[in-house]
Amino acid sequence: MELLDKLTILTDAAKYDAACTSSGLDRKGQKGRLGSAMAPGCCHSFSADGRCITLLKVLLTNCCAYDCQYCVNRRSNDTPRAAFTPRELAELTIQFYRRNYIEGLFLSSAVLRDPDYTTELMIRALRLLRQDYGFGGYIHAKAIPGADPALTWQLGLLADRLSVNIELPSARSLSLLAPDKKKEAILKPMALIREGSAESRRSLRRLPEARALRFAPAGQSTQMIIGATPENDRQILNLTQNLYRKYRLKRVFYSAYLPVSGSRLLPAAEHFKPPLLREHRLYQADWLLRFYHFDASELLEESQPNFDPQLDPKCCWALRHPDFFPVEVNSADYERLLRVPGIGVTSARRILIARRSSRLDELSLKKLGVVLKRARYFITCSGRMTEGLRLGPEGARRQLLALERPRVLALEPEQLSLFDREVGV
Amino acid sequence: MREGWTQVSFRYDGSFAGFLTCVYESFRHFEEPMAFCGPEEDRCSIWPERPVETDPGHAKQIYRALREKASKEVQRMVTHGYLADLEGKECILWQFIRMAWDIGPGVIYWITDERVSRLDKALRAMYNEAHLLKGFTRFSDCRGLLWAQISPKNRVLPLLRPHFCDRFQMETFLIFDDVHHEALVYAQGQWAIRPVDSIQFPAADAREEDYRRLWKTFYDTVAIQSRHNPRLRQSNLPKRYWHHMTELREELAQEGLVSR
Repeated sequence: MELLDKLTILTDAAKYDAACTSSGLDRKGQKGRLGSAMAPGCCHSFSADGRCITLLKVLLTNCCAYDCQYCVNRRSNDTPRAAFTPRELAELTIQFYRRNYIEGLFLSSAVLRDPDYTTELMIRALRLLRQDYGFGGYIHAKAIPGADPALTWQLGLLADRLSVNIELPSARSLSLLAPDKKKEAILKPMALIREGSAESRRSLRRLPEARALRFAPAGQSTQMIIGATPENDRQILNLTQNLYRKYRLKRVFYSAYLPVSGSRLLPAAEHFKPPLLREHRLYQADWLLRFYHFDASELLEESQPNFDPQLDPKCCWALRHPDFFPVEVNSADYERLLRVPGIGVTSARRILIARRSSRLDELSLKKLGVVLKRARYFITCSGRMTEGLRLGPEGARRQLLALERPRVLALEPEQLSLFDREVGV
Repeated sequence: MREGWTQVSFRYDGSFAGFLTCVYESFRHFEEPMAFCGPEEDRCSIWPERPVETDPGHAKQIYRALREKASKEVQRMVTHGYLADLEGKECILWQFIRMAWDIGPGVIYWITDERVSRLDKALRAMYNEAHLLKGFTRFSDCRGLLWAQISPKNRVLPLLRPHFCDRFQMETFLIFDDVHHEALVYAQGQWAIRPVDSIQFPAADAREEDYRRLWKTFYDTVAIQSRHNPRLRQSNLPKRYWHHMTELREELAQEGLVSR
């Protein structure tokens, strides 16, 4: 089989994985080696669906022993199968990297024979790349649930980030749709990776020269499919928060379910639109957990377990808490500023800097990057009410809904009629 | 405030050292620059023209003073500000320097003041462009030499230099900026940025064509059809970068034909 055909098959089989980040690690280039890594990550291109391309995202093979209903690679699916040899994969990675097409490699695999055998194949490929080719760029590897911990440990010494996909947001859905996978089998390697990272950080402090033995220095991530099963947003967000806190994950990714299978256990493919807006809202909420110090319980309550499709979670929280506002931009601390819609992490920091020289008015907030269109319903400048504040919560809600509408329509145009009925409620 | 200052228009060689010499002269003779003219500009100004000969010693003195009288941060802002795509940047930088010497290191807190915010905005735009180009720059391999062409708004080569020299330590490469007509060259631990009018790059050989095709195939395959979203792509990857990107040139050419 031609390399071009293999690449097509094994990219096509890997593309549903949402994670394509190269973040979380700074590594300088080293003498005699090729490549480096930068902590903020780096996008190298954007595909026609608007998603970032940063890593060469492929499967080592798509020949699978499992039969997960939601997966294109399930063994009962009639699809062309292929496998890279370790050398083909290393050569491709190096040549793409030298041309600056990519930031590194994201290697995943279907389960060929069994988890141990598959992990061994991945180790062989990565070892060739790291040792023989001297590759110092970013590597994200998928840990295979059920593999021997010793093998996963070896994989983590070669990769910068490891991930184990939790796939579905509850054990019940998992046992229904992925009978070969157990919740425990997924959480076990996650805990293992967490312990491995902590252990390697500890030993690095004792023995700084042990740099070569760093285990997954950019941490671990996971992904779950949204909209294939009946979990609500609140369950998903609570799970996310637990994963961040208990398993010390760096990222949780969400992937709107796409009908890739005709299984009767899944939503019918016909007329099914991937829930992109819902996925978007979950990412916004995830952002609020990681950078804005929100707690999952603040964002969704038991009586209201799903996000408002029409308005982003931060605006919704602000409108539910009129007692918290207005926030005085000239005196509020960082935490308070972060809660204002239209003020982000960067603009909050810039407000703190600018306040050291002069008092802030609306014009200066604009210069600092505050989105006044949103913020003006929630702030005062030197005690003066901004124009929007006089509208009151109901008026503010109407204005904010109107601002958000074009974005909503861009993501899910077919819901137009539904929104028309609900706007202004 | 303008008392005792004569308003002039500086004519200089267009280099950073030349600009710093102008700054030196202006503070020494109490001359306030209302305009700057490079060597090739035939602009007539209403202010008396003041030709300045570049003096590396004076330039160095000013450069050091930026750090001593203000801070390292201020020194960086001026140096990088000179690379930025900013209309009338010399006058803006001069006003910033003057303010820095009045206020000291704290000048950087004045980001809402017009004299600082113009520079601050231009710098942020430039750092953003440099970051994007760390990803969007595309190299071609010609018998072991990697070459790339870029068309940035800002003079980003000095900002890209540490990144690529570190990442491609064992490679030999060249990046040509066809807007500002300069090139970064690197080989065996040594680098240089030099003015270059134009470069004729060789056509790709068969091996290079193979990798371009493989990359294009990957690019097309990794997109998910049912999530197709050209608007989102364009806001993340503005069209002005497409021309030099292997995977997008074809699409750009097709669009060109359609619109013609």
